Amino acid sequence: MARRGLDAEAKQGLTLIAPPFLYALLVLAAPVLTILSYSFLKDGYLEVIREFTWANYTQVFTDPIVRTVMLRSLFVSGLVTLVTVVLAFPVAYYVSFVVRPERKSMWLFLITIPFWTSYLIRVFLWKVILGYNGVINSSLTGLGIIDEPLTFILYNVNAMVLTLAHAYAPFAILPIFVALEKIDRSLLEAGRDLGESRLMTFWRVTLPLAMPGVIAATLIVFIPTIGDYVTPEVIGGGKIPMIANLIQVQMLALDNRPLGSALAVTAMLIVAAVSVVFLFVNRRFLKVRQ
Amino acid sequence: MRPGAFDGSGLRIYTIMYLLFLYAPIALLPIFAFNSGTIIAFPLQGFTTGWFTQMWENATLRRALANSLTIAVSSAILATCLGIFAARASTRFEFPGKGGIMGLIMVPMVLPEIIVAMSLLVVLLGVGVNLSILTVIIGHTLICMPYGIAILSTAFSTLDKSLEEAAYDLGETKWGAFRLVTLPLVMPGIISSLLISFTISLDEFIIAFFLSGNEPTLPTYIFSQLRFPKQIPTIMALGTVLVALSIVLLAAGEYFRRRGIAKIGGKDTGGFL
Repeated sequence: MARRGLDAEAKQGLTLIAPPFLYALLVLAAPVLTILSYSFLKDGYLEVIREFTWANYTQVFTDPIVRTVMLRSLFVSGLVTLVTVVLAFPVAYYVSFVVRPERKSMWLFLITIPFWTSYLIRVFLWKVILGYNGVINSSLTGLGIIDEPLTFILYNVNAMVLTLAHAYAPFAILPIFVALEKIDRSLLEAGRDLGESRLMTFWRVTLPLAMPGVIAATLIVFIPTIGDYVTPEVIGGGKIPMIANLIQVQMLALDNRPLGSALAVTAMLIVAAVSVVFLFVNRRFLKVRQ
Repeated sequence: MRPGAFDGSGLRIYTIMYLLFLYAPIALLPIFAFNSGTIIAFPLQGFTTGWFTQMWENATLRRALANSLTIAVSSAILATCLGIFAARASTRFEFPGKGGIMGLIMVPMVLPEIIVAMSLLVVLLGVGVNLSILTVIIGHTLICMPYGIAILSTAFSTLDKSLEEAAYDLGETKWGAFRLVTLPLVMPGIISSLLISFTISLDEFIIAFFLSGNEPTLPTYIFSQLRFPKQIPTIMALGTVLVALSIVLLAAGEYFRRRGIAKIGGKDTGGFL
């Protein structure tokens, strides 16, 4: 009886999950598998030749341009992640520990509003701020502090890091906030009662318990920033490409689908590998949870 | 514990500074949208609403807006419908392969969008589908679905199972109970899923850029105008309107979320995600 009941439940569950599952299979899994198979094929003129080869991957791993762009993408998104998470932690801490409970959702609302406003316009606004005739330059020349507009503040990696760190800020705050909210406040009292200083209590109790949130925040910021296309185009002026721009050029402009696919697959693998290593290094924090 | 003395004021100042940093670029939008100078720079020239008029009279922009609205409404409805299935299945039923299936459905949340866009593009071109608004809808539905499921799962999991059972006992069919009991209770979740999917789709650039063919959407139109300095004030006006609109939409979403929590009798802990 119990067995049959379970089967009926399983059947019902599977029937329900079928439409979204089929959609994900068709629109996500099938295309990703397609580029995976393309990455092992040869590129012909305007077509893909159905012949197995490792050549695309050899090129991806030996080409100095690809290596530079990959390393740059990793560096930029790594730095963005570090900056975003470090700057976000105190904000999440403030909202979770200091703000009165009934006002927390108002603070979260204030933090999330900028995130929902047009991403493209937010990125572009940094160009307006940093540009040759931008807000900073026109203000500084207007005030007579500088004679010539500063040209080193836009079209470089720092400007890209600043823009992305601004764009992804709320992504980091929310998961850390959720983790901090879950911490049993009596543990902190216990730490204090046992004679720890406030700083040591934070270091030995609060921070380890908040780590799942910090880890989530790190991945949530790192993964989309490494694949960002807009910022290198707008803030980098198209001259400092990241991996997404390289993939786009190979796939469309140069119409080399196999090489573009190999780049996309490699990028996915790198993102996955970095995430897995990161999770592995921090595994002890994830185990402690309850 | 003695809170306040050490945490309070310093952290408060830091948080306010941080919020200023978050809002500073956006604050520039209305400043330059109403500035009569054609160059985006200080000092400001004079007050004008001309850029808004120019924006309104722009035929391509209107077309982009119409396209974006069509895409956003369709994707929001599709993603939410699919999301209801997934959220209901994952919160109420146990079935083999549940973890893997749900994992696959949620993957777009952690996959760089360029990968989704490129792989879909390659397949669509390979199959010979013409790029249009429809192909963008297909892509947007995929990336909105996980966000919808995240919201809907919360709504479905706070639901009291005994309410449905009571409906069965009173002679309702499965569908009847779902329509008359479950659906009204999760309605606030459905509405916020629709609103958030709509907002995500409206703002999405990469998938729209690669899958829309020659049809402009709002973000791709904005992107195409950014290289023309003359167009920038109009874009600032457009940005101002978009910011105002998203605040209205978000406030509506937050209102429904809170009402949903109140309806089920839960306590507000804040946060969308």
